[in-house]
Amino acid sequence: MADNVTRETVLKTDHLCIQFGGLKAVNDVNLEIKQGELYGLIGPNGAGKTTVFNILTGVYKPTSGRVYLCGEDITGKTPIEVNKKGIARTFQNIRLFGNLTVLENVMVGLANQIPCSVFESVFRLPRHKKSEREAKERAMELLRVFGLAEFADYLASNLPYGKQRKLEIARAMATAPKLLLLDEPAAGMNPNETQELMDDITFIRERFGITILLIEHDMRLVSGICEKLTVLNFGTELAVGDTAEVLNDAEVIKAYIGE
Amino acid sequence: MNKIKNIKWKNYINYIVIGLLTVVFAALSMFGGLKTSTAYLLEEIAIKIILAVSLSLVVGFLGELSLGHAGFMCVGAYLGGKVAALLVAPLGNGFLTLIISLLVGGACAGLCGFLIGLPALRLRGDYLAITTLAFGEIVRTIFQNTSAETFGGPIGLPTPRFEAKYFYVICFATVLITLFVVQNLIRSKHGRAIKAIRDNEIAARATGINITGYKLLGFVLSAVFAGIAGVLYSYTKFNVSSQIFDYNYSIEILVIVVLGGMGNINGSMIAAVLVTFLNRYLANVLTGNLAVLKDLIYALVLIVIVIYNNAPKLKSFREKYNIKALTDKLKRKKATEADGKEEV
Amino acid sequence: MEFLTTFVNGLSLGGIYAMIALGYTMVYGIAKMLNFAHGDIIMVGGYTILLFLAVNPIVAIVASMIFCMLLGIVIEKVAYKPLRGASPLAVLITAIGVSYLLQSISQMIFGSAPKFIVIAELGILKIGGLSIGYSTIITLACSLVVMIALSLFVKFSKTGRAMVAVSEDKGAAQLMGINVNNIIMITFAIGSALAALASVFFLLKAPTMSPTFGSLPGIKAFTAAVIGGIGSIPGAMLGGILLGVIECFAQSVPVISPYTDAIEFSILIILLLVKPSGLLGKKRREKV
Repeated sequence: MADNVTRETVLKTDHLCIQFGGLKAVNDVNLEIKQGELYGLIGPNGAGKTTVFNILTGVYKPTSGRVYLCGEDITGKTPIEVNKKGIARTFQNIRLFGNLTVLENVMVGLANQIPCSVFESVFRLPRHKKSEREAKERAMELLRVFGLAEFADYLASNLPYGKQRKLEIARAMATAPKLLLLDEPAAGMNPNETQELMDDITFIRERFGITILLIEHDMRLVSGICEKLTVLNFGTELAVGDTAEVLNDAEVIKAYIGE
Repeated sequence: MNKIKNIKWKNYINYIVIGLLTVVFAALSMFGGLKTSTAYLLEEIAIKIILAVSLSLVVGFLGELSLGHAGFMCVGAYLGGKVAALLVAPLGNGFLTLIISLLVGGACAGLCGFLIGLPALRLRGDYLAITTLAFGEIVRTIFQNTSAETFGGPIGLPTPRFEAKYFYVICFATVLITLFVVQNLIRSKHGRAIKAIRDNEIAARATGINITGYKLLGFVLSAVFAGIAGVLYSYTKFNVSSQIFDYNYSIEILVIVVLGGMGNINGSMIAAVLVTFLNRYLANVLTGNLAVLKDLIYALVLIVIVIYNNAPKLKSFREKYNIKALTDKLKRKKATEADGKEEV
Repeated sequence: MEFLTTFVNGLSLGGIYAMIALGYTMVYGIAKMLNFAHGDIIMVGGYTILLFLAVNPIVAIVASMIFCMLLGIVIEKVAYKPLRGASPLAVLITAIGVSYLLQSISQMIFGSAPKFIVIAELGILKIGGLSIGYSTIITLACSLVVMIALSLFVKFSKTGRAMVAVSEDKGAAQLMGINVNNIIMITFAIGSALAALASVFFLLKAPTMSPTFGSLPGIKAFTAAVIGGIGSIPGAMLGGILLGVIECFAQSVPVISPYTDAIEFSILIILLLVKPSGLLGKKRREKV
């Protein structure tokens, strides 16, 4: 990709390390993701991929190293602050608001976009009605993008598995992120669902011009949509580069398949 | 899969019912009035509803357990009652005194809620349960050991009563206010956030929701209304004694909330009425050593309902046999009869 | 001298709290639940002693411990086990229901008036200006023995190590061939037996028992467990003894003695603000 040079860097990590007791779960990870990129973070189980996500989103504080979002240092911020700065995520094991409807799940994501104070809500001042209407419209729009509009009034916990995954992405998108982190979005999906998901991911990237970092085990998905990859093994970077190059790297193959 | 439908008039049914009742009672009191015992029962019911609705905000919507609801009520009853007692001389025992004491009682209870909630709400749910329980005991101990001039100590605090006989109307009006605030909060983006936290705190955090803020909001609001209920309670008595506001009282309100269905405001209200009636009735029937049967029944009801509603193994059983499923079935039948095209 | 007397009394009371706190902390560590009914087991223990006291005090104590053990197991199987995997709130409310149930059953059987239960008449030991009840000394000695025995049991016996394993990671323990259900049952049994033993020492201190007797020491012992760090066995011991000593000193000062309970609970609230994981507790990492 020649135009990479001119594009703005959305996420940059600088010598990221985290240590749990004696275990270096993440050791010197340097990510650099440009605006609009679809970036994959892969590696064997226990390589520290989800831990990287947890550091990026503020769940864990790194032992050393920094995280920059669009040039701003966001190291050590709380998950709430990180989300407000512009990183949204999904979870490996789906985490929806099960007793809320599909529509409400997305509306919760929109909460910080559409201001309305508690006072205004309780006393039903004009802004409450306006913000509710706006939230509903924008949430429906997002649901339509993800093909979930017809399920708007279903309880989230009653959705089939594949749709739950999509709803989680829709909810994350509702927080208007600059960077979207997807933690194994295709886990537990059949090939058809995975194909649909791949189409969705590329579609939302085009439509919202968003940057996406994803963790995935499904190599078909990774090679199908990711432009660049970082391979982690035992918490360290094994390879970084364009997808095709990295996947043919001898070290990477060894890490995955063994000698 | 259940489709959740929003029917507009249903959203306001509880206002309508309580509003109508208030009007009817007001009319009754104008034409001759109610018996004192009936009026007292109505006051008691209204106070229980306020307590149940406010506790439901914490237990049902926030998903946290508070065992100190009686403690907040106690703060309201004592401080509101004291303010009222002080104001009777200059202002008389009319509306002005009542409103000021309600505000003071509610605010003090809310402040206590804030001080307790701040450390405990950041931790696992059990801590809030034990902290609120401890808080209830602290409040009781403190008021019990006050001097006779301040809060009456062990004898209790003498409180004024309202000048007119229709105090129960005021109690029901307060129920309406409680409902208005709690329900409007729940049915707004803030209510959604509160429920989201209950359903999945980690996801809520990642979605940028201010967890501590919302938890505090729910908890403090609940304490405020418990305090207001306490002030009303102090008006229904000649004397407020801290012994009433013990652990068992908190449990009784919890039983009401669980009985009414967690996160179901109307259910809590119906359960509050039911339990208050039942208390009155059982107090007449079960005398002497049998009086404890009431507690035994509450305990069993609590255990059975919670296990029935929550046991993972009973899930399929629950889905088949519950009131909602049965009424849904009836509704669906009606709907298909009325409109053949409607998709299910 | 008075200072020393108060201190010894505090240690002894702390020993009882520690014994109860151990039950809370072990159940919390293994079943991840706050067993609200634990305090009421003390009360049941006391009444069981009353029933068998005519036979022989020692028999009564043993019978009470056995009965409470069985009761603990039954409560776990009937009320808590069906809710394993359900929300913590549901388990907590059920536990409160059980606590309430035990109290009302006892009240039905024994009435609400306190009953006198004199296990033994023990004198007072006087050394110089120091005067300490023999019951205090026995309590202190017994609680020490119990704490040492329990620590050894957890550290060296196969069951004890399995308990530690289950509290660390239930799933992994199950995969290693540990019968988690059995371990939970044993935990409840040990905790309940300790609660029954605690009732013996309470009765030696003051020989009355009422249906609601268990709530307050129950809550205080839980406070002790939290102060020490919930889930930690040495923490429960430390917390219990600290709380006992604080209580005795607070009670020895006339001005603040009415507020003793309030002071203890305030310590809990302040500690939660400053160091929520307790004095010896581990900080748990939330899994995402």
